[in-house]
Amino acid sequence: MAEYMAQGKQPEVLFWVGCAGSFDDRAKKITKAFVKLLHKANIDFAVLGTEESCTGDPAKRAGNEFLFQMQAMANIEVLNGYGIKKIVTACPHCFNTIGNEYPELGGTYEIMHHTQFLKSLLDEGKLKVEGGKFKGKKITFHDPCYLGRANGEYEAPRNLLEKLEVELVEMKRNKKHGMCCGAGGAQMFKEPEAGDKDVNVERTEQAMETSAKIIATGCPFCMVMMTDGVKAKNAEENVQVMDVAEMIANAEDL
Amino acid sequence: MQYLPNILFSIALAAGIGYFTLNIRKIIRNIKLGQEVNASDNKGQRWSNMVRIALGQSKMVVRPIPGLLHIFVYVGFVIINIEVLEIIIDGIFGTHRVLSTILPEGLYNFLIGSFEILALLVLVGVILFWTRRNIQKLKRFWNPEMKGWPKNDGNFILYFEMVLMVLFLTMNAADQSLQSLGAAHYVEAGSFPISKFIVPLIDGFSEGTLFAIERGAWWLHILGILIFLNYLYFSKHLHILLAFPNVYFGKVTPKGKFKNLESVTNEVKMMMDPNVDPFAAPAEGTQEAPSKFGASDVMDLSRIQLLNAYTCTECGRCTSECPANITGKKLSPRKIMMDTRDRLEEIGKNIDKNGEFKPDGKQLLDDYITREELWACTTCNACVEACPVSIDPLSIIMDMRQYLVMEQSAAPTELNVAMTNIENNGAPWPYNQMDRLNWKNEN
Repeated sequence: MAEYMAQGKQPEVLFWVGCAGSFDDRAKKITKAFVKLLHKANIDFAVLGTEESCTGDPAKRAGNEFLFQMQAMANIEVLNGYGIKKIVTACPHCFNTIGNEYPELGGTYEIMHHTQFLKSLLDEGKLKVEGGKFKGKKITFHDPCYLGRANGEYEAPRNLLEKLEVELVEMKRNKKHGMCCGAGGAQMFKEPEAGDKDVNVERTEQAMETSAKIIATGCPFCMVMMTDGVKAKNAEENVQVMDVAEMIANAEDL
Repeated sequence: MQYLPNILFSIALAAGIGYFTLNIRKIIRNIKLGQEVNASDNKGQRWSNMVRIALGQSKMVVRPIPGLLHIFVYVGFVIINIEVLEIIIDGIFGTHRVLSTILPEGLYNFLIGSFEILALLVLVGVILFWTRRNIQKLKRFWNPEMKGWPKNDGNFILYFEMVLMVLFLTMNAADQSLQSLGAAHYVEAGSFPISKFIVPLIDGFSEGTLFAIERGAWWLHILGILIFLNYLYFSKHLHILLAFPNVYFGKVTPKGKFKNLESVTNEVKMMMDPNVDPFAAPAEGTQEAPSKFGASDVMDLSRIQLLNAYTCTECGRCTSECPANITGKKLSPRKIMMDTRDRLEEIGKNIDKNGEFKPDGKQLLDDYITREELWACTTCNACVEACPVSIDPLSIIMDMRQYLVMEQSAAPTELNVAMTNIENNGAPWPYNQMDRLNWKNEN
């Protein structure tokens, strides 16, 4: 972004990569797949790079409002400093925090989840998608809480899957009634409380009941949890967990 | 002496309504112990939510079977109250079926006929509800927090409603027999599509016996209603009244939007403003720093959250959707609401006794809701979505987490590590912020 600024240019959209997308090995693949699609669609975009910092979502949901607001204000200062208007992110937690909680702190931007953004590219004809290797494959979609219930977006990722001509099979708990993967509310960063089972294993079992070959999702944390769930069920050979953006990029062999 | 029944009735009515009013005022007083909140925004949205969700039961029917049964009971309850109006006028003035003398015959017959059909539907609904609780033993009615009083409370309400409906139909059956005998006062009025099937059972009884049955059922029915009205205050059944304001005051922003603490915003702004003199004395008239961040007791919660607690009817839909509860953790969103109400009522009784609240060495945190429950929440909003009357257990969990973290620094160790990382290197993991763009050159 600093380079754009130096050249006096404004990108069409800022890609907010997020901590997982920057550091988590699995999530970095999603980041790269999404960037490939942005390039393919000739989107003029920028990232903040080393100037990006955690949105504060896990701090806020853990109860640390101080740390959250400090992160938020620092990020808002950077974003406003660059005059950012439009942001796209591949993380529903960043999407929710920036979209819902930053405006009151002085940061108002048009924010889109990457599945919404990709859908708009398809609708505008900037990107074309064909089923490719996913055509007819049985796929289930796991709704990330902070995309679905928290912000009411259930259709954009499903629309993309339809474009891939997959056979979309729904889990019993889906959309509004979808079950959490177990990572939200800062659970990602702590051990779960004592219980009968881990949440991600329960959710993976629900996904596997559909006998889908791929569990698609749109969140790097759901990705970790579901991937671990599949491993816990020793089903890595039969079931894959993929981000919708990765599927689109893979279908095209980008 | 002939006015004795009228006088007795009026006394019973006044006592019933008076005691109820007294208790409702206690509820309002207790709710006002909470923090004031401004909910004057989005009026249109709020009214439409109330019409759709409370009046229209839109979220009840998400689960079709209990949803439909609940609509029977709900519609029955609302419509049959027209009959209660007649009973009250008859009781005070010593008339009999007064509306039949005012309304056109066809309309009156239609009303009484529909009350009877609804009464039957209520009876069916309530009996099936009872079987779901006690025979089918649905899991959500057998969670640990449902032991003892909450379980009995649920059944008492169902017995009450069964008895009231049976009394209503019995009264009508005896009335019909008296009408056909041409008994004094019993003018021919009403159509009785359901209770006519009870008539054969009391056929051949003397006029005196029928009169006793009719009067007995009439009195028990109306006294039962007054008792039930006053039972509400002690029970989970307050939702029949509070669901409406509660839905009105429910959340109107996206579920993912958690409120930003204003007191914190001011502090952070000060910290980040280079022009602030850190040693300056606070300006005259500025508000004092808030005494506390987050919530450890019910007084720290908002009035809407306390209204939520009184509104909860312990149906357990939230708990049955909670990922933590499904996987056997201690957290149950329903218990969060029940605990909040229990603690609030404890404080209310303390005030009744002492005139004002005398600290009792207890609080909502630890004495009612444990830390283990609070930390098991994934903030997924499933409980909020599931609630048919817009209760928000998640907001209470969040406020209590804020107290734990900001007042007590009592977060689980791993979370403290993650938060330190965020503070130091801008990510919950211990990576260098300068490496944020490395993915660009990796393959």
